[in-house]
Amino acid sequence: MEQKRVFVSGNEAVALGVRLSRPHVVSAYPITPQTIVVERLSDFVEDQSLKAEFLHVESEHSAMAAAMGVSAVGARAFTATSSQGLLHMAECVHYASGGRFPIVMMNANRSVAVPWSIYGDQRDSLGLLDSGWIQVYVEDAQEALDMTIQAYRIAEDDRVMTPYMVNLDGFVLTHTYEPVFLPDQGAVDAYLPPFKTTNKMDLDTPRSLCFSTTPEDNMEFKYIQHKALLNSVNVIEEVDKSFGDAFGRYYGGMTDSYMTDDADVAIVTLGSVAGTVRTVIDEMREEGHKVGMLKIRYMRPFPEKEMIELAKNTPVLGVLEKNISFGYEGTVYTNVNSAFTNMENAPKTFNFVAGFGGRDISKDDVRDMFMELIENKKDAKRVQFIGMGCELDV
Amino acid sequence: MNSMSNERITARNMTDNEYFYGHKACAGCGASVAVRLALKVLGERAYSVLPANCMSAVSFIYPQMAFSTNAMIAPFPATGAMLSGVAAGLKALGIEDTHAVGFAGDGGTADIGFQALSGAIDRGDKIIYICYDNEAYMNTGIQKSGLTPYGTKTTTSPAGENLPGSIRHKKNMFEIVAAHGIDYAATASIGYPQDFLNKMQKAKENPGTSYIHIYASCPTGWGTPTHTSIEVAKEAVDTGLWYLAEFEDGDFKLNRNPKEFADVGSYLKKQGRFKHLKDKDIDVIIENRDRQWARMRKRWL
Amino acid sequence: MIKPKLHAYKKPAKVSEYPSTVAFQGGHLVSMNSGWRTFKPVVNKETCVNCLRCYLICPDGVISKTEDNKVQIDYDFCKGCGVCAHECKPNAIEMIKDGGEA
Repeated sequence: MEQKRVFVSGNEAVALGVRLSRPHVVSAYPITPQTIVVERLSDFVEDQSLKAEFLHVESEHSAMAAAMGVSAVGARAFTATSSQGLLHMAECVHYASGGRFPIVMMNANRSVAVPWSIYGDQRDSLGLLDSGWIQVYVEDAQEALDMTIQAYRIAEDDRVMTPYMVNLDGFVLTHTYEPVFLPDQGAVDAYLPPFKTTNKMDLDTPRSLCFSTTPEDNMEFKYIQHKALLNSVNVIEEVDKSFGDAFGRYYGGMTDSYMTDDADVAIVTLGSVAGTVRTVIDEMREEGHKVGMLKIRYMRPFPEKEMIELAKNTPVLGVLEKNISFGYEGTVYTNVNSAFTNMENAPKTFNFVAGFGGRDISKDDVRDMFMELIENKKDAKRVQFIGMGCELDV
Repeated sequence: MNSMSNERITARNMTDNEYFYGHKACAGCGASVAVRLALKVLGERAYSVLPANCMSAVSFIYPQMAFSTNAMIAPFPATGAMLSGVAAGLKALGIEDTHAVGFAGDGGTADIGFQALSGAIDRGDKIIYICYDNEAYMNTGIQKSGLTPYGTKTTTSPAGENLPGSIRHKKNMFEIVAAHGIDYAATASIGYPQDFLNKMQKAKENPGTSYIHIYASCPTGWGTPTHTSIEVAKEAVDTGLWYLAEFEDGDFKLNRNPKEFADVGSYLKKQGRFKHLKDKDIDVIIENRDRQWARMRKRWL
Repeated sequence: MIKPKLHAYKKPAKVSEYPSTVAFQGGHLVSMNSGWRTFKPVVNKETCVNCLRCYLICPDGVISKTEDNKVQIDYDFCKGCGVCAHECKPNAIEMIKDGGEA
């Protein structure tokens, strides 16, 4: 079926994807740069194109708590947040994954205070990698829309039963307008079945949810949760393939590679900056440099298999992320390196930390990173801050 | 909303079913009386939400589940919000005639749970929020909360040479909730169980938002013998240190206006948490009571 | 009658025997509370006037109505708090020393 073409921002694309997914309840609190998502959803509820309850919650912690209440009675929930809001609800983020509630949440990746910044970086969601949520990082508005729909199908699969975070780079993606194909509602209804679960309070089978455990049983529940996340890799790949069959767009599953087959060096990155990296690769390939990129789509579960495959053929890698774990290195870098721990010939890796608080990552910056990898100097710093505005004399 | 439309529920005609049974609460626990009776009124279509507190801690220890009706634990600050989610989810699914009911303690209501409660009332969500007030954070070992009265010895407000225990009066939750313009709010006590049943029934029939604040004694935290739990909660009302009132159709109503109050000093001195009080401390307590009652009598009668 | 009941519970030998999520059937009890008490309430059916006050205010709900319009106590779950005896106006309930037998 022909899909209508619309010109929308990343946020609007998410709102459209949510409407197509028919949530029962939207409970969200406004925070820049996510606000447009909830504003559009409230428009859709008003004009009745979205038949959902809209809860004007009074904080992000309450937004997630309400979403869990929704899910706990077997209804489909959606929420969205960013930065301070994501961290305000951090307790509930852990609660939702432990409680195995397949809530879908859009997160606008934004810097975390202090200093205050409304602009994008990835420190917020990367700080919650351990919480047990599936985390995808999208590159453009089309992927944002499509992944919102895939999110419900993956999260609600009874092999998964895990909440799902869709990450969009703040401003550069949330607020940039792009042409996007809008799937037809009937096609989405056929693709995404209604939410069915036994993980709920039910009048026919009364249950106790979110109970406590003694030291005798806690580890077993957590093991089960961990296994579900590991198993979700198969579901992620299945769902992405079937989405490709249904809507003509397949995203590569856990990762998306660009020109890595014969690359001498490659950048591993996530989010919208992948678009910039693709452009630089095209230019540098013209000049004869064999450069490539592996875009991490999912940080959790982690694409360990794809990382090892990349490392087998690419001796020098640079991990580009808008994040640092203060006092050590970028979290994505740590995760990538861990995949190589037991390899015989592990690649040489560098960490390019960039883009904090809305600092632009230019094509020249990316070119410099590739050159750094190509030159691979012995005394080059392992962790490098890119795009700084002054000399780093400290 | 006027008085109950149906025949009032009493010990004689209430269901024989037990919806809260086999829990590990202390012997003589006042809060468990409140939970048990509330669910007797609400029945099988109740969906209970409890934050971290005594009542959830004693009834959801895998594999021992003491609620025979649907129940879940909420994060500590989130009772009001999770209730809103439950009610909205049920509504969206077309599941009708249900009761989303929350059982939060005084700390989980007046302190950490305040914001979520306020939001739920503001949204007018169809929920019943019950605050069982034992006047301290009991689950964590008897620490001072916003509803701990003046002069209480708690583990974070010890009484000694320099301080009489806690030095602030109770936060006025009932009036704060009423100030939101809530559909129905009431105060109650396990010492007056029929009054509580009547108020639960009103909450059950209310299509809007309800709040019931029930005084629930705690032998462990109050230093009282286990067998006096009902008696001491009744005496609290008889001394005027607690009161039975309602907020309905935008108006306050005092349900019980004693001609004479029972002796405050003797009520306080029989409790371990107040044994240390000197006469001047008791005077502060009485003076505060008199001030509150002068205001209530002026405006609510 | 709906009431949480005792179940025989064996700790799972395999992780697949655990609940797959943090949700479990309601009203599932595995241990009694009888071992808590030092004293246990005994109802004198002759003196009992069937006012049902004890039934109403028992914190554990272990007092139930009998066919002959009196009350009975579930000693598996009675903690011996003594509220019933204290609140009984005709003094029909007496707290007697209990060996804490199960």
